[in-house]
Amino acid sequence: MTNLTPQSEAELADLVRASSGPLRIMGGGTRPIGDVANAQVLSTAALSGITLYEPGALTLVAKAGTPLDEIDAALRAENQMLAFEPYDLTGVTGAKGASTIGGVVATNASGARRVQAGAARDFLLGVRFVDGEGQVLKNGGRVMKNVTGYDLVKLMAGSWGTLGVLSEVSLKVLPMPEHVMTVAVTGLSDEDAVAAMSAALGSPFDVTGAVHAPACIEEEPFTMVRVEGFEGSVQYRAEKLKELLGRYGDVTTSENAEGWKAMREMVAFSQPVRGSGGALWQLSLKPSDASPVMAEISDRFDVLYSYDWGGGRVWVWAGEEVDHSALHGALQDSATRVGGHATLIHSASAFEGPKFQLQSPVLSRLSQALRAKFDPRGILNPGLMGA
Amino acid sequence: MQMPTPSNSILSRKGHIVARLQSVLPEGAVVHDPVQTRAYECDALTAYKCPPLCAVLPASTEEVSAIMRICFEEGVPVVPRGAGTSLAGGALPTEDSVILGVARLTDVLETSYDDRIIRVQSGRTNLSVTGAVEEDGFFYAPDPSSQLACAIAGNIAMNSGGAHCLKYGVTTNNLLGVTMVMADGEVVEIGGGYMDAAGLDLLGLICGSEGQLGIVTEATLRILPKPEGARPVLIGFDTNEVAGHCVSDIIKSGILPVAIEFMDRPCIRATEAFAGAGYPDCEALLIIEVEGSDAEIDDQLARIVEIAKAHDPVEVRESKSAEESAKIWLGRKSAFGAMGQINDYMCLDGTIPVSELPRVLKRIGEMSKDYGLDVGNVFHAGDGNMHPLILFDANKPGDLEKCEAFGADILSLCVEVGGCLTGEHGVGVEKRDLMTKQYRPEDLEIQMAVKDVFDPKWLLNPAKVFPLEASKGRRG
Ligand SMILES: Cc1cc2nc3c(=O)[nH]c(=O)nc-3n(C[C@H](O)[C@H](O)[C@H](O)COP(=O)(O)OP(=O)(O)OC[C@H]3O[C@@H](n4cnc5c(N)ncnc54)[C@H](O)[C@@H]3O)c2cc1C
Repeated sequence: MTNLTPQSEAELADLVRASSGPLRIMGGGTRPIGDVANAQVLSTAALSGITLYEPGALTLVAKAGTPLDEIDAALRAENQMLAFEPYDLTGVTGAKGASTIGGVVATNASGARRVQAGAARDFLLGVRFVDGEGQVLKNGGRVMKNVTGYDLVKLMAGSWGTLGVLSEVSLKVLPMPEHVMTVAVTGLSDEDAVAAMSAALGSPFDVTGAVHAPACIEEEPFTMVRVEGFEGSVQYRAEKLKELLGRYGDVTTSENAEGWKAMREMVAFSQPVRGSGGALWQLSLKPSDASPVMAEISDRFDVLYSYDWGGGRVWVWAGEEVDHSALHGALQDSATRVGGHATLIHSASAFEGPKFQLQSPVLSRLSQALRAKFDPRGILNPGLMGA
Repeated sequence: MQMPTPSNSILSRKGHIVARLQSVLPEGAVVHDPVQTRAYECDALTAYKCPPLCAVLPASTEEVSAIMRICFEEGVPVVPRGAGTSLAGGALPTEDSVILGVARLTDVLETSYDDRIIRVQSGRTNLSVTGAVEEDGFFYAPDPSSQLACAIAGNIAMNSGGAHCLKYGVTTNNLLGVTMVMADGEVVEIGGGYMDAAGLDLLGLICGSEGQLGIVTEATLRILPKPEGARPVLIGFDTNEVAGHCVSDIIKSGILPVAIEFMDRPCIRATEAFAGAGYPDCEALLIIEVEGSDAEIDDQLARIVEIAKAHDPVEVRESKSAEESAKIWLGRKSAFGAMGQINDYMCLDGTIPVSELPRVLKRIGEMSKDYGLDVGNVFHAGDGNMHPLILFDANKPGDLEKCEAFGADILSLCVEVGGCLTGEHGVGVEKRDLMTKQYRPEDLEIQMAVKDVFDPKWLLNPAKVFPLEASKGRRG
């Protein structure tokens, strides 16, 4: 089947209306998850371009297929950025495409700064999309505060193309920090690392990232905490944090930000480092549950993992020799038991079954019913998100 | 303003409905005496009043569930109510509705500083959430000016903001989970103490749904460590336009103030007469607050002042102490009260792109002359959330209607320049009939379809948010 590549929102609407599905909605194809059986690919690649950028109002509006690189470049020219720091999966998946802003929004992909600044969904101000009937709809707008009617903007973020095909998104952007410093502690156990990160995030020093690389991925485990802003202030806060974290282990401060780039690109789980047969999960938990859960999981499975968001997120990776399906079930069970969720982000082996966290019967019923309203014919990414 | 005709069948069954509710609630939790139900006849939008059939005051999620089951079976509309401070008529009853008040649900259920969360019952007031954690150096960030009175339940329903949301976001950015009772009494848990709830973002949908999708009984909220300190600078300008440019330049410069507040001359004069904060008599005034250690604050304020100086300010007053800070904030905080002294007023809440500030302020000034009603502007300039206060005389026949027409014109203007009808107060009944200015029929239809999913009988908070004409076929 040939791919559908509409050149305009109107054409997108026509194509969806004329299609009997199933359609697999694709941005850059860099964040694939699960599979849609017998589907025709509907690509947003040709819906591209920044439609409005007002640095003085911290707002940017772009068509959904706009490459993330293009957006980053435009923002950089004005010393601004996407504050939620979308992670880059291409190293892990080996995908060749270019990540698009629509894909980032549809998967609510956020990086280390999410713990302080918020997720992609928190920066999304407005959407235009085409629903399953080929109707162009909009919600929200381009202003930072908007409570006019129901917030379908949040609903569309992280809906993985199951409610509609995004055609345009508007985002709040933030100034790029003038200066960045990293405060690092080495040699900590998982438990101590989470405690240290909680102490840092619970301090008044405005930490914008807290990650831990445990012994399974680094010979010498290290914990990194980030501060950003104007130089004098950053230096002051880095010193304060160094004092605060001193009781956990050896602390150093540095102006090197490479570690954060490596986190964002997930180098520790990438194909150049680990080969191509692996699978990656994202686990969202309360930080205080993270290290006990990972102790249990690593007792039973041969996994590699790292902590982000001060322990609020764990990336879990397993090679091809591990039973991905069994591990998936174990992660889901743990998440359900302590409160949280586990989502498969990438797998080289096509194991059976849902890839998203199973939800309570009421929540699944509500989600199904919402999908039926947005996409009555069930043609948009059927099979994803548990339906 | 039009409200749907109450159902005679419900009115005639009042005794039966009250008795059923009494059977599942402790004594005193059902208010049905017509004198006492008057206490629930309106919220802070006092222009509209209507006593409910009765009011119920449950003290647990189970009691809420029992109430909802009865109302569902009886087909009785339910209007959820927090503290009744809505400025949009969000908690306005209909004659045939049951008011479900969460005032007895005030407990703190769990606090974890390691996870930086607090779980509370939804009737707890906004300020007392901070109150529960502040001794340990934490706070709950969204801070509506009504925070002493308003409840978390109302904050969630309206997705309320506050002066500090420029840095910390509004309610939806600080909400991690809810326990909600659905229209038929079923209890649902969404999210929890972790970030980004699983599946479709139902939490994001519930927040701001104005009590139309379910009754929120508990909430998990993000709490944050208190900054070391905070201080403002006050800057006066000759024209609104220049003040607007200054706001834009500050935002572009990379400084992220916690608040940028704007007042225009009518408002400055009124507050001066009322509170005597010693504000300069100028066309426009900005109050910009930053946070951090003393040295960090000094540094940021110096940067702000440097940017402001390029715009020829008529006055720059940098706070050096808690006392000076209080004095700078005094006028801003008493602005609504001051305007209220002069006359009755209507407070609008439209948001515009920051770049449109000068044009919109100018246009509002012109309209004010045409309508012959004075307007003061005091608002959150950093995010373009305007609060024009239109002065009118409630005792003068026709004045309220004139004021409403003027308000509608201002909100239309907000939409026209790329903004929206309401930035934080919600649609309620007040802006219900203006929704068609912002949304096309199909954009409203999909929102109503969402309500169909949660509340198939359309019993929850009737006659709010959607124009009556648009929702006609759905309401019983
Ligand atoms: C002086 C003053 C200043 C204000 N300042 C601000 C401000 O700075 N920022 C701001 O955003 N707002 C402000 N407001 C508006 C108002 O305070 C907010 O909208 C507030 O969140 C309402 O909370 P409440 O508890 O009083 O809710 P109510 O007025 O009782 O109800 C508000 C809405 O919430 C719904 N609701 C209540 N409880 C529940 C529940 N348990 N489940 C589901 N829905 C429910 C109601 O049906 C209604 O639609 C101000 C109001 C006043 C009077």
